[in-house]
Amino acid sequence: MQTHFDLFHLPAAFDLDVDRLEAAYKEVQGQVHPDRFAHAGDAEQRQAAQWATRANEAYQTLKSPFNRACYLLELRGVHALDARNTAMPPVFLMQQMEARETLAEVAAGADLDALERLERDAKTQAAALMQEIAGLFQTHGNDAALVEALRKYRFLDKFLADIGAAYDTIG
Amino acid sequence: MALLQIAEPGLSTAPHQHRLAVGIDLGTTNSLVATVRNGVSVVLNDARGHGLLPSVVRYHADGACTVGYPAQARAAEDPHNTLISVKRFMGRGLKDIPDLATMPWQFVDAPGMVQIKTVAGVKSPVEVSAEILKSLKARAEASLGGDLTGAVITVPAYFDDAQRQATKDAARLAGLNVLRLLNEPTAAAIAYGLDNASEGIYAVYDLGGGTFDISILKLTRGVFEVLATNGDSALGGDDFDRRVYCWILDQAKLHTLSDHDKSLLMARAREAKERLSDAPEADITAVLTTGEVIDLTLPEATFNEITASLVTKTLLPTRKALRDAGLAAGDVKGVVMVGGSTRIPRIQAAVGEFFGQTPLTNLDPDKVVALGAAIQANVLAGNKTGDDWLLLDVTPLSLGLETMGGLTEKVIPRNTTLPTARAQEFTTFKDGQTAMSIHVVQGERELVSDCRSLARFELRGIPPMVAGAARIRVTFQVDADGLLSVSARELGTGVEAAIAIKPSYGLTDDEITRMLRESYDHAEDDMTARNLAEARVDGQRLVEATEAALAENGASLLDPEERAAIELRIVTLKAALAGSELTAVKRATDALNHATGDFAARRMDASVKRALTGHRLDELEI
Repeated sequence: MQTHFDLFHLPAAFDLDVDRLEAAYKEVQGQVHPDRFAHAGDAEQRQAAQWATRANEAYQTLKSPFNRACYLLELRGVHALDARNTAMPPVFLMQQMEARETLAEVAAGADLDALERLERDAKTQAAALMQEIAGLFQTHGNDAALVEALRKYRFLDKFLADIGAAYDTIG
Repeated sequence: MALLQIAEPGLSTAPHQHRLAVGIDLGTTNSLVATVRNGVSVVLNDARGHGLLPSVVRYHADGACTVGYPAQARAAEDPHNTLISVKRFMGRGLKDIPDLATMPWQFVDAPGMVQIKTVAGVKSPVEVSAEILKSLKARAEASLGGDLTGAVITVPAYFDDAQRQATKDAARLAGLNVLRLLNEPTAAAIAYGLDNASEGIYAVYDLGGGTFDISILKLTRGVFEVLATNGDSALGGDDFDRRVYCWILDQAKLHTLSDHDKSLLMARAREAKERLSDAPEADITAVLTTGEVIDLTLPEATFNEITASLVTKTLLPTRKALRDAGLAAGDVKGVVMVGGSTRIPRIQAAVGEFFGQTPLTNLDPDKVVALGAAIQANVLAGNKTGDDWLLLDVTPLSLGLETMGGLTEKVIPRNTTLPTARAQEFTTFKDGQTAMSIHVVQGERELVSDCRSLARFELRGIPPMVAGAARIRVTFQVDADGLLSVSARELGTGVEAAIAIKPSYGLTDDEITRMLRESYDHAEDDMTARNLAEARVDGQRLVEATEAALAENGASLLDPEERAAIELRIVTLKAALAGSELTAVKRATDALNHATGDFAARRMDASVKRALTGHRLDELEI
């Protein structure tokens, strides 16, 4: 089966040249986008839509380091985000619970400065984690370590989304 | 599945034929039609030289209707049958419409979308919009001297699925082939030529008669992306008129006025506002029915003072949109002004101050959206060659499903590039469960009750199994126009039960056909003749495309048996085309479409490969 990497003629690796990905994506969309077939029949547009959809999915997956990492593991038959696997290191979970409590307090107190501090910290943590993931791919680290790092990353990602929502409620 | 016509980039499939294509701005207050003529986008005028068509439809007792200026002129006389600003009702239910009581119309609640009772019968906003579109279509065909290949119709960026679907249905009802629904701010950006050469962040500030919209767009490599939109649906040029009107009353110490005098002074207020766009002061003179003479001078400074709070009010949503996009005013590379009210000098100055730069105003702000739509229509019709760009629009709102407890499970998040498809698997929660109810919603909120309900449907015929054993895959597909279709399928046992829906406000294909019939006042056999003609065009096009494809790659991509199977179906279709039986033509077309599915896929595959291997990737233009 053609992988997302194959579609864009890119090596299947975590380390990826984003500019090359974007150029290849644009090249493919230029060929298959339904707008190129707007004056053609319905059925032809459907086919074009399928290809454009596929190109979009492949691009979105490869563009995001997190999605790219999960996808690479999936190609090896490892489903990092399997809902049945919920085990996490207790220390990490404790940290997360504390951070969430802090967020609730900050949001309730409408403390914008504290919210910004919280966001900065979470972003630093997320960046460090992504570095770790990149390192694990480079050194061919074991899949279990990658899965744990990705699951931690997802926690942080959701936390950052909640911080964004808190900005909205604070106004 | 069908055969694709694959053209080299920049080459249309039929290069010598100029196709007539238009862009239509179907506006709340006014609508316009534009086209590209000799490489320049121009608005098409009516016989009297008007470019704008007031979005007003008046229905008469005999079932006929008038559209535009004549309808607007009689609005005061016949308010119940003169429908104004129906765009606000497109894809909207009775409960969605605020201040119903202040409107003169008699609303009828209907599933999904309101309807309005007129002397010519109950009309849906889709039918009313179709009258406006028909009028513009007729104007374009008279002006261009031929049938239109297609049209690009603009919609506000925040329009949800039901509103987009309603717009597309109105076009269908008007007999227009919709090449694409285009977001209004994107159209405005295209009109300003903000394409490949102008990477960066742009703001589109749109102050119309009654609404204000701000959009933040990102342009990267010919990709137009709407990052954030915001606005105020009750703020527009009319509010400025009202401020001037109140100032007149105050200055002239007027208290009770007749209806005639009220509308006279409102008109004078509007004229004064318009004059202040290029004069330092405006004289206001009027003779009231009482014989009283009004003679005032409104200096620009006073006008700015009495309307200052309105100007400030537009900057609040602007700030919010920037924050949603995670940007600051300084990140914006250009500001496009849309809507007649942006002619007000104070507004231009305030927007300029806010963004720290002079906004773009050299195109007519009433026409800029239609002009941009026409440029895109020209590209989509295949007339433009060479440096065409690609518009990759995004989903304006998240799409999801209702899960246990009335919560929303997002399947496609907002700002996902179109077209897109996502599948999610669900299972049964009861032993022996044979049906599953699926509720599709649109919106950003977590509770289903806070989102817009798009559709509900049931997947039936699931084989009885223990709870959790069935695997039901629900697939969301959003096409390039932002329209959604959803299907569900049980995978667990290999038994397939699928249903595809097109969520809308309940206007089915049958209803569209009925409306078409009514609106054309045609006999049944005219409809059949029309259907046959359309089917023949489709069939003929497919034969030509298939033969061209076979000549090009038939030898390299097909084995002899596959080729023979396709050729056999070409012969059958040609025979059907020679006859006059609609079902035979349709069946033969479907059969050929089906037979060429694999071939089309291989051709597309080959074309994509060629695109990437024709040159080394590091040589690609970045």
